Amino acid sequence: MTARLSSTATEVPARGLPPITQLQVGALGLVIVGGVYMASYFPRRPPLGLPVALLAGSVALFAIGMIMLARVRDFAWDTFFLVGRWALLAYLIQASMIEFAFVHNHASGPALVVVTLMLMMFAMTIPTVIAFTVARYEVVRGTESHP
Amino acid sequence: MTYEAHVVALTGTDEGSAAPPRPAIQVVPLKGLPIVAAIMVFLIAAIARNWQWALDLFHVAGGGLWTAIDLFVGLVVGPILGRLSIPARAEFSARFMPKMVLIMPTLVVMTLAAGFQLAVNLGNLAPSNPNHGWLVASFAVVGVMSVIALGVLEPANIAVLFEMRKPEPDGEVITKLMKRFVYAAGVLGVMQVATLVIMSRVSTQ
Repeated sequence: MTARLSSTATEVPARGLPPITQLQVGALGLVIVGGVYMASYFPRRPPLGLPVALLAGSVALFAIGMIMLARVRDFAWDTFFLVGRWALLAYLIQASMIEFAFVHNHASGPALVVVTLMLMMFAMTIPTVIAFTVARYEVVRGTESHP
Repeated sequence: MTYEAHVVALTGTDEGSAAPPRPAIQVVPLKGLPIVAAIMVFLIAAIARNWQWALDLFHVAGGGLWTAIDLFVGLVVGPILGRLSIPARAEFSARFMPKMVLIMPTLVVMTLAAGFQLAVNLGNLAPSNPNHGWLVASFAVVGVMSVIALGVLEPANIAVLFEMRKPEPDGEVITKLMKRFVYAAGVLGVMQVATLVIMSRVSTQ
């Protein structure tokens, strides 16, 4: 087998994919802002209005991104799910570490629920961005199209 | 996980010149996973038992390495990489990027988890503490850095490795993604300077 590294000066062909990365990074940004806000109050109980609003915004952006992605034709879903599931495992472990730090320091009640939901969003948005970034450059079997 | 892919070198028979052999590419270096697992177990034990020395070790060593690697990659390696030929960049990336897949997330978790526990133990998070405002500022800086690292840098890193595994990797895709990786690392490096200033201030108040 001979592998060749293409070094021609051709541009990467543009493909009309929806702004999945922007939406998922936006969703990630909202939960990180919420997490920073809540951590700045710790160990006191923070007012939950702003964190809940940020969490809701994050869920909305994530859902819009997933719906738009589901409508894409000729997408490398095999690659998306292969990368996505391993990345999900890795980020679930990271999210669990953060959850452990809060529980270990006696976080409880509604604040802990909000933190947990934010960590779930954290653990889902990053694998989605990683999997999408990899899959968009895969050529779908049976097509000649490139991202 | 069957991530390993062997990419054989150009034989030179069809191009008229021999190219150096390209290395086998493993997206996640499996040999490194036990080391990462051991570090995570030790980190959990340090937090659970409140071992002050171990928390200090994780936070200071992890943070120092994180900052140094970001600055070095963004400001030293990046500009050099930008001047290399596409095959040279690809060969460097094939050896460099898998290591970054394990090293950076491990350093980030070490630094942040141990740092949060230290802040709680030392009372720095209390509103009356003079360090409270500085710590909130560091949370904000780390928050911005997290979005860049997790939303831009890490996906580019993984995507480069998958591109490299293809029988015919696209040099333009690799260049585009590596550029994104290096620019992100550079921005993170500059933001790390802000973290250094904040942490120096916190540790001396």
